[in-house]
Amino acid sequence: MTNQIKPAILMLLFFTVLTGIAYPLAVTFSAQTLFSSQANGSLLGSNELPLGSELIGQAFSRPEYFWGRPSATSPASYNGGASSGSNQGPTNPALIDAVQARIKALRDADPSHLEAVPVDLVTASASGLDPHISPAAATYQISRVAKARQMSPNSVSELVDRYTEARQWGILGEPRVNVLKLNLALDQHLK
Amino acid sequence: MTANGLVQITLYFVALLLLAKPLGVYMAAVYENRPLLLKRILGPLEAGFYRLSGVNPEQEMGWKSYAAALLWFNLFGGLAVFALQMLQAHLPLNPQQMANVTVDSAFNTAVSFATNTNWQGYSGETTMSYLTQMLGLSVQNFVSAATGMAVLVAMIRGFQRTHADGIGNFWADLTRGTLYILLPLSFVLALVLVGQGVVQTFKPYQTIPLVEQVSTATEKTTQTLAVGPAASQIAIKQLGTNGGGFFNVNSAHPFENPTPLANFLEMLLLILIPAALCHTFGTMVGDPRQGWAILSAMTLVLVSLLFVTVGYEQGGNPALAALGVEQSVSVDQSGGNMEGKETRFGIVNSAIWATATTAASNGSVNSMHDSYTPLGGMIPMWLIQLGEVIFGGVGSGLYGMLIFVLIAVFVAGLMIGRTPEYLGKKIEAFEIKMAAIVILIPAFFILGGTSLAIMVEAGKSAVANPGAHGFSEILYAFSSAAGNNGSAFAGLSANSPFYNTALGITMLFGRYGIMIPVLAIAGSLAAKKTVPTTVGTLPTHTPLFVMLLIGTVVLVGALTFVPALALGPVVEHLIMNTAL
Repeated sequence: MTNQIKPAILMLLFFTVLTGIAYPLAVTFSAQTLFSSQANGSLLGSNELPLGSELIGQAFSRPEYFWGRPSATSPASYNGGASSGSNQGPTNPALIDAVQARIKALRDADPSHLEAVPVDLVTASASGLDPHISPAAATYQISRVAKARQMSPNSVSELVDRYTEARQWGILGEPRVNVLKLNLALDQHLK
Repeated sequence: MTANGLVQITLYFVALLLLAKPLGVYMAAVYENRPLLLKRILGPLEAGFYRLSGVNPEQEMGWKSYAAALLWFNLFGGLAVFALQMLQAHLPLNPQQMANVTVDSAFNTAVSFATNTNWQGYSGETTMSYLTQMLGLSVQNFVSAATGMAVLVAMIRGFQRTHADGIGNFWADLTRGTLYILLPLSFVLALVLVGQGVVQTFKPYQTIPLVEQVSTATEKTTQTLAVGPAASQIAIKQLGTNGGGFFNVNSAHPFENPTPLANFLEMLLLILIPAALCHTFGTMVGDPRQGWAILSAMTLVLVSLLFVTVGYEQGGNPALAALGVEQSVSVDQSGGNMEGKETRFGIVNSAIWATATTAASNGSVNSMHDSYTPLGGMIPMWLIQLGEVIFGGVGSGLYGMLIFVLIAVFVAGLMIGRTPEYLGKKIEAFEIKMAAIVILIPAFFILGGTSLAIMVEAGKSAVANPGAHGFSEILYAFSSAAGNNGSAFAGLSANSPFYNTALGITMLFGRYGIMIPVLAIAGSLAAKKTVPTTVGTLPTHTPLFVMLLIGTVVLVGALTFVPALALGPVVEHLIMNTAL
């Protein structure tokens, strides 16, 4: 039985070199050559002045911006250095309280708007970094953003439509709106 | 369920079944050492591995030598992961200056990755250096998967051979599985994933000014983006039913799973090899129908249970409905229980992933299982408790399922009063004793471990959610460890000496407590003669046998775990629907 010790150690060494060094280096080299932007985090803006990552949401709380999903990361929300979900169960009173507070914040920011709130706008995402909201959640916020920016709801709505992504290939995933890109467009950083 | 939801589910299973056949036949060729195109390129590397390690790949091993080689290899692999974590602060490729990991957490993670569990008590982007992720975790992702496949192939040889002493050579099976199956597939997948937006870089984390600058002193004005060599690790974590994420939230993280297409591919590869191995089995025993029968049983169970989870998750949370939250599905939102789910995946893709990752012993997640509705989340937990045989881990799923086949054949034999046989081998007392050990070990550790945890303060104080759901968190943790799954009801604060130790031990027994009896069965079967098929032989490729097999798996799983499930998810379901 002990005659297998030597091959065990040597095999581990060779597999470590192959799958732990050569393989990740080969993938990194190919990825940086073929897909340099994606491999480095899909950053928006320029290298000198990055505006954020297209794939990672940011926190928005002012009325003139579209708000993203609630985020459970700590110490601040949308902490891209420490992803986390809330892990609150469906019967946890803390979840119910949190959802209630989020509904109140939305209502307070736009008191005349009384429609039912789309669920994704008041529930924490899995990653705490979800860059998207549903088209329903974007539509819900149009009146607030339009008022705060003194724009017509129609022109805000047109922007929302422009930043609404359909299902990939028409089939996969869910339709969604990229909150950061939409807000950058409102600020006229993106065309 | 919307029409699109049905289309996505159908597409998923059609793609899976279409790809499984050619891959399965290819893998049979790899393990039977037949000539392959890839051998012309990587053949010299394979030969070099053997020569430098002093191994003769033609030398047959008996089951005890095979087990010894495997255990030594896994032991040193685990020690290497342990050492890397204990020393990472002093080693290179640590741009975030991660500290050394605590002893109990390092033990837990070393066991977790060596056993193909990939339970993560730690948070990737705040704990592990790039070096540890690559040299420790990535390497074990490959070789622990190849180890599982090797044991399966050894067991298949038990059925193939007559009057034989050997069941193959562990080093040859390990090397071929890694070189010709896992490595090329991972390389291609990793690049496709980067194309979709998965990061792959050695640069340190980047800090970016926020668009909405908050003026108060307590708020942050910048955002840190964790990056790293992620794609290379994510590809193999999906393929090898490992499941250990590069980032804390695993494939819910937009840098780990950025688009619906990336999600589709990651979900597909999650159970592709376990499905394909059914065909490898059918091909190697010379009767493809036997592989189809097992694959059908697995698929039927998974599809049925998937619809239960989709249904409950789409139904949403009655407590939120009472607050006036819109949870119904429409063209503009997926609706349902969105707590702990990502917008781009919605309900359907979260539910497919949750059931597939627990059916297979993968354990990666794209949504937080802890926030599922009680019954929507009970299904993933029960899929683990069925013994990780509905697809299951690479290799380990099918060898586990073959154990249930032996039990099914044995039960049928008792009913008709005939010595049970499978593929021409008589199933006798020794095989059934070993099979009983395989079935009892996970049950013992899941129920025993949960009982222990709820009796001690260190166990109870770790729960995040009050009441029945807290119990579910603990039950899920021990199920996940014993089944070598690795997913979690992640609210549980499991990075404590108590859970790191208890779950570490559970993972060890859940892996080797099953592998060793399986290898013993392989050795015993290989030594037997093959009995000819007669009219009295129970056919094991018919729909009737598929039903018998499903019945065996479900009955054992239900009888063992329904009482425990009643205390957790079932109670919570009743509370959720009566409190209002």
